[in-house]
Amino acid sequence: MEMGYDDDDHHHGHEELHVLAVDDNLIDRKLVEKLLKISSCKVTTAENAIRALEYLGLGDHNQHIDTLTNNNLKVNLIITDYCMPGMTGFELLKKVKESSNLKEVPVVIMSSENIPTRINKCLASGAQMFMQKPLKLSDVEKLKCHLMNCRS
Amino acid sequence: MELGQMQKSLQDYTKSLFVEGILDSQFLQLPQLQDESNSDFVSQVVSLFFQDSDRILNDLSLSLDQKVVDFEKVDPYVHQLKGSSSSIGAQRVKNACVVFRSFCEQKNVEACHRCLQQVKQEYYLVKNRLETLFKLEQQIVASGGMISAMDLGF
Repeated sequence: MEMGYDDDDHHHGHEELHVLAVDDNLIDRKLVEKLLKISSCKVTTAENAIRALEYLGLGDHNQHIDTLTNNNLKVNLIITDYCMPGMTGFELLKKVKESSNLKEVPVVIMSSENIPTRINKCLASGAQMFMQKPLKLSDVEKLKCHLMNCRS
Repeated sequence: MELGQMQKSLQDYTKSLFVEGILDSQFLQLPQLQDESNSDFVSQVVSLFFQDSDRILNDLSLSLDQKVVDFEKVDPYVHQLKGSSSSIGAQRVKNACVVFRSFCEQKNVEACHRCLQQVKQEYYLVKNRLETLFKLEQQIVASGGMISAMDLGF
């Protein structure tokens, strides 16, 4: 079965943030993965919103990946590109927030375009943060701090 | 050529790419992501960018050569290339893509053809310069020298 998402093999302690990074752009996906790994996160990547939903257990085909009881798969943060073919990052955000299991998972939206109405729309629908692309290491460090503070 | 001279050449060459606007500060993010676990990360990502861009440019050429141009197909390609070039700091490619997108919006076929040529030109330029940059680095390493992220930053 074609996976369409990429999972990190190393199992670290559960204090480490497990991030699901969603982006249809191959280079951006590789970069965001490295940015997060260098910032000590466990990373799973998905090349589109549908694969992301499947990984989260919200897919149509209901793959029974038990994200609730299996700590290794539990996602602490979703970071997604806004502009993606098929389902957008905004639509993915809404699906996550509509899910009783996953609505508490923070969702960060990334976009290369700085459009205030877009930003407000995402924040109003429950996005934790909106980040301007291209991402820098300092952006990810700030994000981590923000999230760790929210958790404790 | 002696090691110190090679390192100076590399620094000067790198600097020129920024001065000419071929690269922007985003390129300097890449060495910060490189560590012992992934000591050729920068060249890997750049190679990936080249492969991906070659493919996109090919698809763009084909799409624009159709009798009836489908802009719903053309624009996403340009968007992709704009995104990846921006992410690795290939400033002039990115800027050329921005112009290209505005003509896609206007559905101006002729202007889009010109834009594609411009994007290709900028792309081959940055590709050529980065390949030279990596060769210079390889020569230094082969001579027993070391490259640090500091050599690229200023």
